[in-house]
Amino acid sequence: MTTVTSRPGEPGADAPEQPRRIPARRKQTPQQALRKSVLYAALIVLALIVILPLVWILLTSFKTDGDAIRNPYSALPNPFSFDAYATIANGQQPVFRWFLNSLAAAALQSVIILVTASLAAYALARLEFVGKRIVFGLIVATLLVPPVIFLIPNYLIVQNLGWLDSIWAITIPGAASAFGVFFLRQFFVGLPQEIEEAARIDGAGDLRIFLQIVIPLARPALATLAVLSFLANWNDFLWPVYVLLSPENLTLQPGLSQLQGAYSTHFAIVMAGAVVASVPVLILFFFAQKQIVESVATSGVKG
Amino acid sequence: MATDTDSLVAPRETGAPRPRGSARSARSTRSARAAARRPGGRRRTGVAYLFLAPFLVLFLVFVLAPAVFGLWISLTNWSPFRATQSFVGLKNYIELFTPGSTTSGDFWQSMLATGIFTVASVPFLLLVPLLVAVLLNQRIRAGSFFRATFFAPYVLGVAVIGVIWKYLLDTQSGIVNHVLGMIGLPDNLPWTVDVPWAWITLVGVTVWWTMGFNTVIILAGLKGISADLYEAAALDGAGAFRQFVSVTLPGLRQVMTFVVTITILASANMFGQSFLLTKGGPGNTTRTAIMYIADQGLSQNNMAAASAMSYVLFAFLAIISIVNFRLQRERAEKSAS
Repeated sequence: MTTVTSRPGEPGADAPEQPRRIPARRKQTPQQALRKSVLYAALIVLALIVILPLVWILLTSFKTDGDAIRNPYSALPNPFSFDAYATIANGQQPVFRWFLNSLAAAALQSVIILVTASLAAYALARLEFVGKRIVFGLIVATLLVPPVIFLIPNYLIVQNLGWLDSIWAITIPGAASAFGVFFLRQFFVGLPQEIEEAARIDGAGDLRIFLQIVIPLARPALATLAVLSFLANWNDFLWPVYVLLSPENLTLQPGLSQLQGAYSTHFAIVMAGAVVASVPVLILFFFAQKQIVESVATSGVKG
Repeated sequence: MATDTDSLVAPRETGAPRPRGSARSARSTRSARAAARRPGGRRRTGVAYLFLAPFLVLFLVFVLAPAVFGLWISLTNWSPFRATQSFVGLKNYIELFTPGSTTSGDFWQSMLATGIFTVASVPFLLLVPLLVAVLLNQRIRAGSFFRATFFAPYVLGVAVIGVIWKYLLDTQSGIVNHVLGMIGLPDNLPWTVDVPWAWITLVGVTVWWTMGFNTVIILAGLKGISADLYEAAALDGAGAFRQFVSVTLPGLRQVMTFVVTITILASANMFGQSFLLTKGGPGNTTRTAIMYIADQGLSQNNMAAASAMSYVLFAFLAIISIVNFRLQRERAEKSAS
């Protein structure tokens, strides 16, 4: 678009001296107007690429089984029907139950992570103790270990604990969040210490300082960790596929995979399952999208 | 300052993980000496371990123990059907590197599949989000609507993504082939059942699913670049492209290092997309290393070999991480000098 007239050196080196008169750019020229329209066109096309497949799934889920098989390309259901939803509500695959299982597991694991990681992070950020460097070093080292390493041994451990096919299998092992401890520890270290020192002079113990000063100050970091933990558990697929066995104990991710296996050509039914799995999360997401998106964004900048 | 808390701390210390037994006097003189050496730090080991205890229990049982246990399994002839296991040294590893052994062929095919997917997906998983983030960083209306929309597929989870795209990409009744046919392109592409289409599907669906994740991280990085730098570059006569190369990319270096690392690791750990969309097929071409390890270890009860495989995969990922880290650091040093 614009040609480079001179080769600037390191940009910013001579910036502070320059008077700020650049913002007085000319009024929007036809060229800029064109640029804006191209920009919006690109964004709208991208948004449609995301939205249209989801709309298509929603429409398919309201078709009757026969309609979905005979007229796979007609957008509108004819007749409009809740048959597919009735089938998954009464069938062998308890999709609604899976939804509740997923919700319970993700919520429980997030709570365990928040409690254990914040306590541990406080010790690592604020207390001097024997073995501190070893503990912190081990936690950081395991951040780099791929999860597949734990797959087989943890399966055997969970089996020995009698936790296979239960909610404990999909909440407790994954709650050992080295990332959570590391993330909160970095945040705690950055908090100002003056209030804590004042409280200490007033006779407050560590538990009180932790609960009444550090935790309230760390609310944004805790919210971020809660969101990331919830999403990670909700999206986990490999582990629940292997540790959950009976249909009523499955979570959504392995459950949908089974639903697909059971109704492979009955698209309306499988899509109804996908809709039941998606709509509540999407509603939750659009209400909390700012929080969720910013949680992910900061994980990159701070983490 | 110390007196008040010490009275609170002292009784608890007896319940700490390292109980004071007969060695009490020896220990207390040692810790007194240690305290004397570091005048600023008052050690409160007991309290610290009380705070750490809940996490450490989980960490020991489900992270440290399995890491060691897995390594041990890989050095034995472990089988769930055998009452006792015996140590076999590196036999399981040697077999993986012996052409013609029962698992080596399939294992290296799965490693190749993981490699192909990683090499094919990572560029798109970086470039598309970078482009989208640059678009979103312009002064636009409804920016947060677009941002949320692009992120939305990520919250659905891999199973939803898998079953819906399996349907959309169905060779006979999928809408994608139908739309392609309407605009005059082939309408019978075997998206999930033949290569190279299966690879295109796996990469494309992964980009569609996770694009928003990298986008929001990169966008946060873009917002952190000072507007002054762009002004200065513009004053120096730099055009849009030149500004992107000289201001945007250097400003994103730290964030991109993070994004590159997590993206490579995520792609190398790919499982669900192959499991749901292609079932590892055709043949076993798209069966990834994770898929094969899980199948051997947990379905075929071939745990010893599978553990060895997971450590070989770990070694590969560690090498890639180190090389990636070195390259990024070198580049950072080069541009700094």
